[in-house]
Amino acid sequence: MGTKRISFKTNFILTTVFVIGVGFLLLAASHSVGDYWVRIITLMAIYSIMAISYTLVNGVTGIFSLGHAGFIAVGAYTAALLTLPIQQKTMSFFIAPLIWPLNSIQMGFFPATIIAGLVAAFAAFLVGYPSLRVTGDYFAIATLAFAEIIRIVIQNSYSITNGSLGLKGIPPYTNIWWAWGWLLVTIIVIGSLKFSSYGRALRAMSEDTVAAGAMGINVFKHQLMSFVVSGFFAGIGGALYAHWLTTIDPRPTSLGIMLTFFVLIMIVIGGLGSISGAVLGAIFFAFAAQWLRIVESPMNFFGITIPGIPGMSMLIFATVFILIMLFWRRGIMGKDELSWQYIYDHFAKKAGDQD
Amino acid sequence: MIKINNKKDERKDVLRLENLTIKFGGLTAVDSFNGYLKEGELIGLIGPNGAGKTTIFNMITGIYAPTYGTVTFNGIDITGMKPYVITHLGIARTFQNIRLFSDMTVLENVLVAEHSWLQNYKARKILHKHEPEKFPRPHWKPWFWSAVLKTPDYLKMERHMKDYAYELLKAVDLDKFAHLKASALPYGPQRKLEIARALATRPYLLLLDEPAAGMNPQETQELAEFVQDVRKKFSVTILLIEHDMKFVMKICERIYVLDYGKIIAHGVPEEIQNNKRVIEAYLGDESYV
Amino acid sequence: MSHLAQNLINGTLLGGLYALIAIGYTMVYGILRLINFAHGDILMWGVYFALYMVIALSMPWWLGFIVGIVLAGLLGFSVEKVAYRPLRNAPRISALITAIGISFFLESLAVVVFGGIPKSFNIYPKFFNKIVIFNHLRIQMLTFFILGVTFVLLFGVLWLLYRTKTGTAMRAIATDIPTTSLMGANVDNIISLTFIIGSMLAATSGIMWAMRYPQVQPYMGFVPGLKAFIAAVIGGIGSVPGAVVGGFILGMTEILVVGFFPNLAGYRDVFAYVILIVLLMFRPTGIFTVYSEQKV
Repeated sequence: MGTKRISFKTNFILTTVFVIGVGFLLLAASHSVGDYWVRIITLMAIYSIMAISYTLVNGVTGIFSLGHAGFIAVGAYTAALLTLPIQQKTMSFFIAPLIWPLNSIQMGFFPATIIAGLVAAFAAFLVGYPSLRVTGDYFAIATLAFAEIIRIVIQNSYSITNGSLGLKGIPPYTNIWWAWGWLLVTIIVIGSLKFSSYGRALRAMSEDTVAAGAMGINVFKHQLMSFVVSGFFAGIGGALYAHWLTTIDPRPTSLGIMLTFFVLIMIVIGGLGSISGAVLGAIFFAFAAQWLRIVESPMNFFGITIPGIPGMSMLIFATVFILIMLFWRRGIMGKDELSWQYIYDHFAKKAGDQD
Repeated sequence: MIKINNKKDERKDVLRLENLTIKFGGLTAVDSFNGYLKEGELIGLIGPNGAGKTTIFNMITGIYAPTYGTVTFNGIDITGMKPYVITHLGIARTFQNIRLFSDMTVLENVLVAEHSWLQNYKARKILHKHEPEKFPRPHWKPWFWSAVLKTPDYLKMERHMKDYAYELLKAVDLDKFAHLKASALPYGPQRKLEIARALATRPYLLLLDEPAAGMNPQETQELAEFVQDVRKKFSVTILLIEHDMKFVMKICERIYVLDYGKIIAHGVPEEIQNNKRVIEAYLGDESYV
Repeated sequence: MSHLAQNLINGTLLGGLYALIAIGYTMVYGILRLINFAHGDILMWGVYFALYMVIALSMPWWLGFIVGIVLAGLLGFSVEKVAYRPLRNAPRISALITAIGISFFLESLAVVVFGGIPKSFNIYPKFFNKIVIFNHLRIQMLTFFILGVTFVLLFGVLWLLYRTKTGTAMRAIATDIPTTSLMGANVDNIISLTFIIGSMLAATSGIMWAMRYPQVQPYMGFVPGLKAFIAAVIGGIGSVPGAVVGGFILGMTEILVVGFFPNLAGYRDVFAYVILIVLLMFRPTGIFTVYSEQKV
């Protein structure tokens, strides 16, 4: 009972059917739920991409980075600078003119996203190469410092990023299809990586770097590789995010440490190290953030108006986050994946319990 | 049994340790250790707790860099190389306090060790430089991309890895637990799995750090047979650290005895058994003798 | 010349503030091997406590400050008890994540309770704003006050750690928890005490920080907290005298670099981070401590 293994063929067919099903659901949603919720559904996919790329490093590889927002910011700025209409650029950059060649480039969304990913991956390489020489919480602090450096540099480079004024009027290219399409790519690539020989090596390293080294794994190289892949998709996520927001700036609360916190909450809820957990956590976060807006706006109870409490939603998130860390450290999925095998085993066990 | 001093041993050196010394702060943990292993030998390294046995393993496998001295493996000076390169060159080890990847399945534990097949480019380059006619110039392959894109090349490799892993697990009688988490195994099989995992890196030389620790006499007896079996089946040279004197005396061809970081005796088991200094070093703890 | 002297004074001042915060970091890290991310936020709460004691309960400023500092100590005590103690034997990463969560929680709670808008911290007597002139050097009375308090506290802490029995127990626990508990010290109490002292020092530093840049807001603890952590790393994390020296080195560097290269002012925070990264790369144990081997 319960030990039957689902064949590759069955898995493939079920997954294809599932993906097509999700596609139809999205199509139906984009016609029925209204613009506002379509935007939220799009955001869910963007968050998912950020969360999956984060969990690859923090969960699967087991190195704790706090620099994720830095790579998202690099991706966001790169893509935005590439797609902004030239006219808009000359208008926005009034403190210092934008440098060549950025001031004369305007390209499509897809190439801009790819370049954003590559630039973020390169940034991840530059950050990871020195940072990975230290371990544990030192690594966390080093990456946090790098992310802050990235943010401060963005804030001060007026002729490249428009400094603290930020970028405005970014074309709203990110729609439900771009976001969910890229999410599919992210899941396929990082999933394929996790379930390959390389993924096994990463998981082994997350448990014991010394033993992994003794088994012939070049720990530094593999950690760096995972960090760079994560940076690439963080950059993609950033590019999508920028074209979803249409306005970006380098405040700590927008593309700074706060964003890293949010993505951390998502992957802690979903279970550190699980791709499907990251998606579930991201969807939950995007949804809950909307739902919690109620607490922050005035409410009417039987004629008595209770004023909204600003900041309440963040407080609730923080509380949930701590409670999860204290009492439910596994999160929704733990390190497991929501595969057909997982579902089958789950139900087989339930059926077994009833017998 | 072979007497050491009788005549020159014609077999080639697998491992040669010369003046191996390591200091931590002011403390000399291992002091001028000299030793060798011939091809196919099964050698014991014994000594009281804290004598520096595991430290010698850590120097051989590159976890510590020795303060002085050299480690030569198959004629290559491997002193100060990174652990993973040393593993690729053909030294595998187990740990005193079992260090399996406990969240992963038994099969995955073995597969992790086989991952080195994909990425031992650096080691093969060293081998090529050392013996060009025996080891052809290695060609770097983009295995990472193949693994992500699941190319036929990679899938073939993965299948090959799995087959060999099952073969290994069968050899240590663990194949029926392949999909169990490693932490779910009882203690004895965990030790065996650790040996299987080490064998999966395809070593010439196997270092076993207290394989019989925590086992009862019967299990120890089985382990002794198992180790000899492994040596024959996989034609590896074995160096093992052990506390259990009976175990060592039974299976080892030669024994090095270490105390306070220095060799106090070296010889065939009978010689060691009657060596005065060894008895002194172990005095007060009769269970060993 | 007077430019340099002015900068040296400012550097000492900033360094002292960092040093007071860094002590809490370094003591907690020394004992629990935990980066107490919430340290900067406890500082912020201490400042708010003091502010509200004075504004809402109309205490005299000095009493308000003392009560605020004591309350911050209590907050540090409760954070350890509620959040860190249950995770003492959990993987270190879990404790770190929890610490981040606590930090986030304290910030959000402050936003909810006090509002997100910066509040003015003009509750100290006007006397502190008076400026004394020593041949061309313009020094605020506040500077003397801050320097005085800082040095008294720094020497107090060092005295406590090196000259009292409690201090010896604290230092002993930092090297080896199991052995120390065998020697009869109550580990839990000493850890609690460490959190209380660390939090009170941070709150004191925070209040003086708020007096100097007279405002307070819920995220004010983040940057000083991070900088103080860097100071602790410079001095070799775990070492209290090291943290003090690290604090002064960091404060002085920041002030001098900005003082002599004013057009780099926007990058002021970057220096600290670069120092941190370079240090972690080449001497992760700080500039004072000796390297210790980890047993494999």
